[in-house]
Amino acid sequence: MKHTAAKIAIYIVLIVASVIALFPFIWTFIAATHNNAQIFNMKFTFLPQSHFGDNLKQLQTSVPIWKNLGNSIFITVTYTVLIILLDSMAGFGFAKYHFKGNKTIFFICLITMMIPPQVTMVPLYIQMNSMHWVNTPWAIIVPGLASMFGVFLMRQNFEQFPNDLIESAHIDGAGDLRAFFQIVLPTMKPSLASLGILTFVQQWGNYMWPLIVLNKQSSYTLPLSLAMLVAPGNVINYGSIMVGAVITLLPVLIFFLIFQKNFIAGMLSGAVKG
Amino acid sequence: MKYRLKQKFAPFIFVGPFLIFFIIFMAYPILYSLVLSFCKYRAGHIAFVGLKNYAYLLTEKLFYQSLGNTFVILIIQVPIMTVLALVLGNLLNSALIKLKGAFRMFTFMPVLIDSVSYSIVFMLLFSENGGFINSMISTLGGSPQKWFSSGPLAVLLIILALTWRWTGYNSLIMLAGLQNISPDLYEAASIDGANSFVKFWKITIPQLKPVIIFSIFNSMNGTLQLFTEPQLLTQGGPANATLTTVLYLYQVGFKNFNFGVASAGSYILAVIIAIFTLIQLRVTRED
Repeated sequence: MKHTAAKIAIYIVLIVASVIALFPFIWTFIAATHNNAQIFNMKFTFLPQSHFGDNLKQLQTSVPIWKNLGNSIFITVTYTVLIILLDSMAGFGFAKYHFKGNKTIFFICLITMMIPPQVTMVPLYIQMNSMHWVNTPWAIIVPGLASMFGVFLMRQNFEQFPNDLIESAHIDGAGDLRAFFQIVLPTMKPSLASLGILTFVQQWGNYMWPLIVLNKQSSYTLPLSLAMLVAPGNVINYGSIMVGAVITLLPVLIFFLIFQKNFIAGMLSGAVKG
Repeated sequence: MKYRLKQKFAPFIFVGPFLIFFIIFMAYPILYSLVLSFCKYRAGHIAFVGLKNYAYLLTEKLFYQSLGNTFVILIIQVPIMTVLALVLGNLLNSALIKLKGAFRMFTFMPVLIDSVSYSIVFMLLFSENGGFINSMISTLGGSPQKWFSSGPLAVLLIILALTWRWTGYNSLIMLAGLQNISPDLYEAASIDGANSFVKFWKITIPQLKPVIIFSIFNSMNGTLQLFTEPQLLTQGGPANATLTTVLYLYQVGFKNFNFGVASAGSYILAVIIAIFTLIQLRVTRED
């Protein structure tokens, strides 16, 4: 009897929490089919309306949305691949090799994880300017490769990697690099996927730094494109902005629904020490 | 036990590529920023001005206001969210319910949306001209609220937005912590006749303490760097009520191009975050 009451109470709380969590998503998809008058009508209806096509047309005339989507994809994919490669190599190097200053260098790198990114923004902007990288994807991809987070994560994962496996690869005549790419990395797929997912989602939504180094519409990523649409002083068509939000949301959402378990593990990998 | 390598230079092949990026785009800018904070930077020319930038910030009312706003948001939002996350984490771990996977997935979803999209969605939902939330309030018999033109309400709006986005994420962190608590502890308590409340206070909370501390400091760190929500959702307004420190520094650095002052401000922020990190290390080490 007591259990039944507790059960019902828990279900109610979880259902309410789920509805609150999902509501803005559902509202976004529905609002993308409404026009302005319908979105701001005191009786917003949750039935999809017929304006999706008009909204999309309107969006395409106000911003180069497909170009911006392409920029987002190029930056995010390139960055994620490079991060996985660089950080797994560095993490392995720090975890498995004795070399002079290993601990000291690692510790210095670790300290930078506590420093807020705002500290480096002005100097990086000056650097990007002098390298003529402003308004190019490289201004976002390359400085981001200096991030220590992934190296720290991969080093933790490699600490537990059995040395005998590397030993036996060497006995078979493989060099350090070949042993790493053929023997070590394939067994680390879950950690690489975690790092990849986390990196992808963060870069996909990255806003402050791109806002500083990208100031041409044709070089914008999706978040900048959307932000520009709501800038004060513009004539705003909210339905079309919601179509833009759907285009921004959809890739991450689809990935999430396919790789749900890895996705949650990946997003939490920085937080939960295994 | 580390693996002893055959080749002398092997570690540099592994660590080198990252280190090159690290030195050029992290170590150097950190030091350059420190130098800049004591200088005036105009059109590529640098002139040493001593402590002038710091002195300017420490007497600048807007800077204090931005720090004050950031701390108000932090002090209200982080505790509320931590308690909610703790409750949800425990419910998601409950043995009484089915469909746990679905509930975990739903509560987690808000962190998938990028900060710009969700800021815009909240802007529309809370709009003062017939937005959904105000029409709901009207339907329930209340009066529509001025979410954007009243200072306290704009702060509340930012707090609501942050809580919506991060509660589920933190509750899954709590859940992971809960699943690491050994069931034997609860068994032993049951044998001693403890009820669920005693178990929660005597076992769950103490066992979960490191995870709770991590979640609190992680959230504080994020809130101290709050930028997108105030920039897009409330534009720092009304009357600078939601001007956060990072938004202020962004305006100083990239609207007025006052690089020296922006660097000095970012170092003040770094010191505040460093103090919090040291407190965190202290609190964690006491266990």
